[in-house]
Amino acid sequence: MKVIATLIMFVFMFAGNGFAGEKQLSLDGSTTVGPIAKAFAEYFMKNDPNLNISVSESGSGNGAKSLISGNCHIGCMSRPMKDKEFKMAVENNVTPTPHVIALDGIAIVVHPSNPAKALKMEQVKEIYLGKISNWKELGGPDMKIVVVSRDSNSGTFETFNKLVMNKGNVVNTAETVGSNGAVRSRVQSTRAAIGYVGLGFVDNSLKALEIDGVYPSKKTIQTGVYPIARPLYMYTDKYPKMGSLVYQFVTFYLTKDGQQLVEEIGFIPCTSY
Amino acid sequence: MKDSLIISKRANRLRRLASLLANGGLLTVTSLSMIIVIFIILFIARDALPFFKLEGFKEFFTSTSWYPAGDPPQFGAMAIFYGSLMVTLGASMVAVPLGIFAAVCLSDVLPFQVKQVVKPVIEILAALPSVAYGFFALVILAPIMQTRGPRLFGIAAWVALVPAALLAAYFLRGFVDSRIRNEKFRKATRNITFVMAIFGFFVIISRISSFFSGLTVVSGTNALNVSLILGIMALPTIVSVSEDALNSVGRELRENSYALGATRAETVFKVVIPAASSGIVAAVILGVMRAIGETMVVWMASGNSSQIPQPFYNFLSPVRTLTATIAGDMGEAAHVQGAPRYHVLFAMALALLLISFVSNLISEWAVKRSRKKLRGESS
Repeated sequence: MKVIATLIMFVFMFAGNGFAGEKQLSLDGSTTVGPIAKAFAEYFMKNDPNLNISVSESGSGNGAKSLISGNCHIGCMSRPMKDKEFKMAVENNVTPTPHVIALDGIAIVVHPSNPAKALKMEQVKEIYLGKISNWKELGGPDMKIVVVSRDSNSGTFETFNKLVMNKGNVVNTAETVGSNGAVRSRVQSTRAAIGYVGLGFVDNSLKALEIDGVYPSKKTIQTGVYPIARPLYMYTDKYPKMGSLVYQFVTFYLTKDGQQLVEEIGFIPCTSY
Repeated sequence: MKDSLIISKRANRLRRLASLLANGGLLTVTSLSMIIVIFIILFIARDALPFFKLEGFKEFFTSTSWYPAGDPPQFGAMAIFYGSLMVTLGASMVAVPLGIFAAVCLSDVLPFQVKQVVKPVIEILAALPSVAYGFFALVILAPIMQTRGPRLFGIAAWVALVPAALLAAYFLRGFVDSRIRNEKFRKATRNITFVMAIFGFFVIISRISSFFSGLTVVSGTNALNVSLILGIMALPTIVSVSEDALNSVGRELRENSYALGATRAETVFKVVIPAASSGIVAAVILGVMRAIGETMVVWMASGNSSQIPQPFYNFLSPVRTLTATIAGDMGEAAHVQGAPRYHVLFAMALALLLISFVSNLISEWAVKRSRKKLRGESS
């Protein structure tokens, strides 16, 4: 896959040399940030046909690696860079500079008929570890909890795993589904279910729970009160030169269009407009 | 004369060249499919073997902890193998009896005009894309199972078992009939037996039915859901292949049987089905293969939890299969080429390939054996 992507990139590069004034931008990294980067790239390329922006999704670690080795202009990451990566970057004369382009919040959802309103982070973790297996133990009705989780591919799973599970393994009786939409459809049709979805997928057919006393919403995530949320980064080498293409790209999230795009994909913009 | 000879010589050479080319072309095309199969096996094996080199065999086959993205990763696939087995068994329990009876009905019971309509309709089942089945299973069948499942199971128990009970009672009556010599005594006894048997069976059925009604279905995406849907998906294959087999038995055998005074039921069960058994076995194996290899439905509706159900025959528990695991874990794994997490999926694919290879061999063998047997009997 990666080889093919690189090949295609090369082809584009050579083809691109033929056109005068074509501008190149390449991004690599997290699969969570990928959709945002792609949406931004589409927007940029629509407005300027001479632009050529390639977005690869190979995971945060690879994003950092590509940025350090100079293989991409922007490294997309769903976690901050580690000390080790920083050190390696500096040794390669790269100064990684983070830009938080959006926030990612995950809501814990249950069936609307479920009397539960709020859970503690610790309780959510214990449910997913299988230590709590009946709603009765949480003061609810006597129903076995149907734990709905996501496949290990998913960026939402990755976030949940990091912020809630803290590297604990999800109990193997948990059901695994392939998308946020599928979690929603399982939870809205199953009375005893609990699931987690990106905030953008919460609607009236589900009940989002307060976690540690905070209800998940745009506001609580933006103010950083809601615990299951994290910033999403784009890393550049130094702060980009004002007015350059990279600069325009990593500050696009500040514009109204950029924020709308972020919200359309189900993430939360960092700034309220 | 001389001229024409030369021309014909040249024409001959051309013709020979053309036939050589045509033969070569056909050979290439034919061997292409074989070469593709060989290459698929080679490439899958090439990516599967490093997994066993990195992680060994023990964990893969004996552990049920499947955490490929965990820290440290765990690759216990036993529960996943079990899930595949369970779903396949479930699907064949649905599809095999239904399929064979439907095939018998099509070939020996229904009049020709009705059959012309029914068979294509059954075959439409095969034309539906599997994602449509999966959507149905996830969005319609799963919620129904959760809300009304137990009551429906109760009804289904009646529907399935009443005909079986009647048949059994009838056979029991025949058995009693054949055992008692006394003429007067016999009539009374056999009728009493019949009534008693029916009564007994009904008590048993109502027990079973109320047991089913008392169950609670916690989650509608489970092994039963998938088994039903896969069974329906395997049905057209089984019906049409075994119907062809039953048809190819031919008129002579049937008419001979009738001429000997056999009833239609006797003819079907004692002559036609045994004669067509090789084709029926092939049909069943083809259908079962479809169930093993199906991915989309299983990924959407089996619940995908890598556990061995408690107790092991609990079809109301979510399970995870090999195919669904490959589909579900592929995306991210493609980015970690070389890691065990990538190779483990190929190990699973190799296992699937071996399973289908072995079952193909078994079906070949069964077909050959029964053909030999038939030939032996006829000669």
